[in-house]
This record gives sequence, structure tokens and C-alpha cells, in this order.
Amino acid sequence: MIAGRLATIVTDRSFWRGVAAILVFLILWEIGARSKQWMAPEFFAPFKNILGMIGFKKDYLPWVGAIPAPSAVLASWIQVLGQKGYWQSWYMSFFRVMGGFIAAMIIGIPFGLVLAVSRITRWVAFPVFEVLRPIPPLAWVPASIIFWPTQELAITFITFLGAFYTIVINVLGGARSIDVRYFQAAQSMGSSRWDIFRRIILPGTLPSIVVGSAVGMGITWEVVVAAEMISGGGASGTIGSGGGLGFFIWNSYVGGSYEQIVVGMISIGIAGFASSGLLRWLGRYATPWLKAR
Amino acid sequence: MSHMAVSRPAIVPGEIAVQGVSKSYGALHLRKEVVHDCSFTIERAKLTVMVGPSGCGKSTLTRLLAGFEQPTRGKILLDGAPIAGPNRDRLVLFQETALFPWMTTWENILYGPRARGELTRESIAFAEFLLAKVGLHDFRDKYPGQLSGGMQRRAELARAMVNNPKVMILDEPFRGLDAMTRELMWEYYARLYEENRRTNFFVTTDIDEAVFLADRMLVMCNSPTQVRAVIEVDLPRPRKFADLVENDRANDIKKQALSILHAEAMRSFSRGSKAAADFVEAYLKRASHQ
Repeated sequence: MIAGRLATIVTDRSFWRGVAAILVFLILWEIGARSKQWMAPEFFAPFKNILGMIGFKKDYLPWVGAIPAPSAVLASWIQVLGQKGYWQSWYMSFFRVMGGFIAAMIIGIPFGLVLAVSRITRWVAFPVFEVLRPIPPLAWVPASIIFWPTQELAITFITFLGAFYTIVINVLGGARSIDVRYFQAAQSMGSSRWDIFRRIILPGTLPSIVVGSAVGMGITWEVVVAAEMISGGGASGTIGSGGGLGFFIWNSYVGGSYEQIVVGMISIGIAGFASSGLLRWLGRYATPWLKAR
Repeated sequence: MSHMAVSRPAIVPGEIAVQGVSKSYGALHLRKEVVHDCSFTIERAKLTVMVGPSGCGKSTLTRLLAGFEQPTRGKILLDGAPIAGPNRDRLVLFQETALFPWMTTWENILYGPRARGELTRESIAFAEFLLAKVGLHDFRDKYPGQLSGGMQRRAELARAMVNNPKVMILDEPFRGLDAMTRELMWEYYARLYEENRRTNFFVTTDIDEAVFLADRMLVMCNSPTQVRAVIEVDLPRPRKFADLVENDRANDIKKQALSILHAEAMRSFSRGSKAAADFVEAYLKRASHQ
């Protein structure tokens, strides 16, 4: 099955177009980074005066000139692959994301369903939920460091918040938008309330659960990295340098290893992409009627 | 079919009496009465077709009969007992499909028996029989999204009939299908009815559909929604669409119904009803063809 999917991807022309685009991007980046200036000095001269007015004094373009070349990043990456600390970072971030995300699923899906089904719960809980929802998860960092006994729990809680609101809103919206005719039909044919919940509301909400989870998963990766940077990488006393990928980036920045910053950034990109992709893939198997059109 | 004979009681139940029913929506000065003091009978084991211009409150009556809504005034009785809420006694087919998209054709058809814990060998055999009868045997494991419009309507017919309702209520079920598919659906539906004579109530705006299907035709009038005339459609069964086109009796009935509807439309036209304007236009077009 997976091999078959891979085969169709590899034979697809748009896949190779994408590969070519990325290669061109990498080559341009390589050339530019190696030149250290991106533009010949005589071409750059007119810009230099303009940039000088906003306080810029160097001889190359500001925003890319100092970025390490892809080849240097790759070399640094290969070197880092052998280090335990790098993998420890992966493991730590992954562990926190999964912890927060699974907690968000376990609490968020039933909570969203109860909100959808029970009017009283909606009256009581929804206003509170709506007041808390606009608070960005990162604003919770100081408070949760104080509230939770360990820093590890604090970071996990913040990643939990990242996914929780998205999942609840999607589940609630999905369940509430189920067509009333399905309920009428089920009721007419003699369904009990439990039967309607199990065979109408649950499958009817499943597509929204999948979408909410995939989006929520993306947010947990955004949040975990920032939380790790801010909180200093968790219980650093016991684990040493392994404080998650966010801490890995921060540490590289403090240590002056620009190549490693990019390695960390790309690692997070891969991690987020892979986990969202995995969720979407699982989601397709959970909702076979959606692809069958 | 033997199991059908078994499942059919000696006296077919399912007579609905609508007695002085009114239905209003909205509150205070925004209150609008859609149905006013409407009375009629849906006779047992007959196919009663209600025909009338669009927007004349037919769909409201359907929802009241199904029990999704309660009348503001008046009574609706099924075999003498007032109806309260939706029930498998009265199953409805709506204009749009209400097949559950997450279930295959077969799971949809078996929904009712499974929901009531009646998955017996007989009910499964009956479901198989109906599946074949509506010509969906090869599509049993497809999802509704993979079926054509006509197939969806047939699957829904089977899903309702498997529950052996006392009354089947169909609210413009074949609207939106193309002309060829509609005629095919009429024949499918007529066959199903002719083989399993139960009380059927069919709502439509299409006079051809009404004459082809009906045993009794209730011709409706607008504002207030009431039955203007009852026409007994005494055409032989089984009916074939091709036969009916040439049939003088069928054309007489059609003209009779049309003239009532026309007079009715003219009456509401003078009061400025949009639905009536459409109807008069359609009527004049049709009259010029004949």
C-alpha cells in the first residue's frame, strides 16, 4: 500500500517539479551565501546609500549575507547526527508534543462533543472557553511555570493549549453542522439517543476531528519550540544539553553556531510536516467515504 | 416473495385523518399562518398524491404528518390515535437525499432494523430483496457519494421500506432529477407500491407525476392551504409510462386537475402571489402544446 503510494508519487510530474524548484532554491542560496555579498559591489553601491540611511553599514545585503550556505548546514547536520544531544532534543520535543497533543485529543474531543450535544453545558462552559481561547498559548508560559510543579509539565501544558482550542472548536463546529435531516431520518427509524450519538454524531464529526487534529498538531510544534526557548529547555540540570529542538536552536544561537541554528529549524520543519502528514494519512483511513467520490 | 407475504398483516393499517389542522410560525405580529383549517384523509393501502403549486404549504403538512412539528390547531390521527413525534410508523423521503454519507448503501438500508435491534434473518433477507428490487445489488458496498442521484433516491426508498412503515410519506422525492431518470424512478416506485400495497402519501408539483402514480389525487389550493378537490385516478395497474401518454382517461384526469389548479392560480394571481404567476405561465405553455 505504502510502496504503491510512493510509486505514484515518484512517477508524478508535479513531484519532480517540486524537487527541481527546491534544488534551484538551494543552489541560489549556496551561490549567494558563498559570495558573502549576493550582489557585485558596483551594483550594490546605490542601495548602500539608501540602506545607510536606516543605519546599515555593511558591504553586502543584510538579510541573507550572514546566513550559512546549504553545504555548510549539511556538513554541520551530518556532524550533529552522531551526537546524542541532537537526538535527545528530538526525543524531548517529540515527547512533549505527543503528551500535549494526546491530552488535547482525550480532553478536547469529548468536550467538543458534549458542548455540541448539551445545551446546558454550552451555556455554562462555552463563555469561559471563549474568554480563554484568544489568549495565545505562549502568554501562558510564565503562569504555567508557576502553576505546574515541574518545568516539563509546564511545557507540556502549553503545547496542550496549542492543540486544545483548535480541536474543540473543530469538533463543536463539525457536530453542530450535521444536517438536521440525518437526525430526523435516524429518529424516524427508531434510533435511541445513544444510537444517534454513536452512529450519526460521531461519524458525522469525524472529518472535522481529523482536520482539527492536523491543524492542532501544527500548532503544537510551533508552540513547543517557543516554550522550550523561553523556559530554557526544561529540567536542564538532569538532562544536560538535551532540552528539545527549541532549546537546541537557542543553544546554537548562544554558542554562535549558525549552521546548527538552521539544522534545528529544518529539523522542526521536518517534524511538524511528518506528524501532520501522518495524521492526515490516518484520517483518510478513518473517513473512507470522503475520498470515495 | 414469501417473506413479504409473511410480513404483510391481514388488514393493512395506516389510515391518516387530518382534522382541521392549522400551523403558524413566528410570534406576535410576525406570526404567519402557513396552513389554515386543513382537513383530508389519506386512505389505507392507497397511493394518495397531493398536487399543488409550490409554496402552498405542502412541505409544512409533510413535516406535521411525519411528526417533526406539531400543529398549532387541529388533530392528526393515525388509525384513530393522535400522532406524537417522529416514528417508524410514518417514514419520510425528502427532496434532498438523507442517506448517511458515512455508511455504505447496505449499511444505510439496514440502519432501521439495526437501530431497533431487529437484525433477524428475515429482516436481512427483506433488505436483500429490496436492494435487488431497486436495482442496487452491485452498489451495496458503495458510499452515497459514489451513487448517482437516481440511485440515491432508490437506496432511500429501500431504506424506508425495509422498516415496513404503516405510511410512507414522500415529499417531492424525484425533484431535481433529469427527465429520463424521473420516468425511470416513477416506474421503480410504482412497481414497489403495486407489489407491496401500503398507505403511501406522495407530494408533488408535477401533474404528470401525480396522474401516473396516484390512486387518489388531492388537488390543493393556496392561501389558505386546503384541499380543493379529490380526484379518483381509476387507471389500471400495473402502470407503464408509455401506456399513459396515449391514454384518454389519463388525459381527461390531467385536464380536470389542471383546470382546478388553473382557476386556483388565477385566484391567487389576483392577490399577487409569485408562485401563482409561475404556475399560470407554465399552464399557458402547456395549453398551447396540446
